[in-house]
Amino acid sequence: METFLQQVINGISQGSAYALLALGYTMVYGVLRLINFAHGDVYMVGAFAGYYIANNDAVQANLGASWMTAVVVMAGSMAVCAFLGILIERFAYRPGRGNSPYTLAFWLAIVGSSVGRMVGGSTPALLAGAAAGAVLGVGLDRLGIRPARQSSHLTLLIIAIGVSLFLENGGQLAFGADPKFFPEIIPTRRIQLGGLTVDSQRLTVLGVSVVLMVLLTLIINYTKTGKAMRAVSFNLDAAKLMGINTDRIIAFTFALGSALAGAGGILVSLLYPRIDPLMGIMPGLKAFVAAVLGGIGSVPGAMVGGLIIGLAEVMAVGYGQSTYRDATAFVILVLILLLRPSGIMGKRTSEKV
Amino acid sequence: MLELRNVSSGYGAIEALKDVTLRIGRGEIVTLIGANGAGKSTTLRNITGLVPLTAGEILFDGKSLKGMPTHRITAAGISLVPEGRAIFANLTVLENLEMGAYLQRDRARNAREMDRIYTLFPRLRERRKQAAGTLSGGEQQMLAIGRALMTGPRLLLLDEPSLGLAPLLVHTIFQAIDAINREGTTILLVEQNANAALKHSHRAYVLETGSIVMEGPSQQVAGDPRVKEAYLGEA
Repeated sequence: METFLQQVINGISQGSAYALLALGYTMVYGVLRLINFAHGDVYMVGAFAGYYIANNDAVQANLGASWMTAVVVMAGSMAVCAFLGILIERFAYRPGRGNSPYTLAFWLAIVGSSVGRMVGGSTPALLAGAAAGAVLGVGLDRLGIRPARQSSHLTLLIIAIGVSLFLENGGQLAFGADPKFFPEIIPTRRIQLGGLTVDSQRLTVLGVSVVLMVLLTLIINYTKTGKAMRAVSFNLDAAKLMGINTDRIIAFTFALGSALAGAGGILVSLLYPRIDPLMGIMPGLKAFVAAVLGGIGSVPGAMVGGLIIGLAEVMAVGYGQSTYRDATAFVILVLILLLRPSGIMGKRTSEKV
Repeated sequence: MLELRNVSSGYGAIEALKDVTLRIGRGEIVTLIGANGAGKSTTLRNITGLVPLTAGEILFDGKSLKGMPTHRITAAGISLVPEGRAIFANLTVLENLEMGAYLQRDRARNAREMDRIYTLFPRLRERRKQAAGTLSGGEQQMLAIGRALMTGPRLLLLDEPSLGLAPLLVHTIFQAIDAINREGTTILLVEQNANAALKHSHRAYVLETGSIVMEGPSQQVAGDPRVKEAYLGEA
């Protein structure tokens, strides 16, 4: 019995991290009907942002081992991810919805900067390459060459996969492909509850996740922007007719979901400190399964789905074999798709992808 | 107040509107009648920027709406009650009305406006805490109109407000349209129920396969033998 309860506690803690990640999938799906396959990679960026903030000299010197470090790491990583989410939405997905003349410019600037760096080998060359790319992009747009504008859902999905690959490989370039070890920003302490042991990391994961989920629920239900998010997810055109700038609401949704992914990245790194640029793939897929299990588009569904996946995974390891750990989520996915494709709290049964 | 000049529009290769010109003066109720698929809804979606024009121009108070996104057109004072009502079923009645007031920061104004809507449709006050999806069709139509009024429109566009409603409710809705107009809002009414629409409007346009085929004072249009035969069910 005690082992079982111990597993439940571990499972809930693991599951709450999946839930944070699943929320991003479900919210973005809600407003755009898009599975944002880059979401798991945002979580990876969150972990790395936390790693660099924690190891930053100024942070080390001023805050050291105090609890403020953990707060700064968490807030910083969430902010970085929120910004990344907005960038992804602005430059990868918005053009797919047909209203951004500067997309091609942005991407060509990135290509131009690396060409400039390779050919010229200096920072001015890099900047010149970026500028040339940007000018070329604006020029092509003027000439009517507008890839992915006014495109279909399938195009958006392919863009999502492209963004994911971009972040994974860009991450290897920027952070190096070797794993890094996330610093211990929460001192390890074991807390005895009756016969059960909980370490401070797991407790932090659980506590922070719950606080974030409560905050999110409050934002969605009671703020004007949150209500607008629900309106946009129910009917985009009707929301526009209310005078809602739907592009801004969609960007906000990306920011919110990505901030939660960043928090998830930090929290999971407390439990499993080994981080690398491909670390987002598997948790991303599992959180996606969690979102589908809860009913994609449903916020409480994502929370429940995450908890179930986390519990199932821990139980599979505890009572089965640890090699089945990663298979658990996908067995669950197959079962939901067979038994209840709309998920636990989902309403609509089918939707174009 | 609103002027469509030689507007054409379509979806892909299909041309929904051809060279439509119409004009709405301040304080009028103008109706646009026509059969299913004649292009009535497209006209309204053109005005609100939901569907782009392929040719022509739309002027509101003399200013072109070309290229303006829908939310800015709403801010400029045009509000559409879409066909099928499109209320936010997952929000409460009150939250739906609040969404209508999304751009309005003046709380006193919003309270006054909400009060006015509740006076117009007392049913909405009774159900303000209820999820909008649980309302009956007629109540949803009231909510859709109320929500549009919350945006503070000078021009209200109504797309088939009587569609699928029981006769008594149709009556209520048309009474409300008259009342809204008396209080100073200009209205463009799109209807398949030509009978009621012609009775409750000052001027009418008849749209057939994307083109205006007739226009004039509503009484005169209602008296036209072709209109009688095609739209009023009289031989």
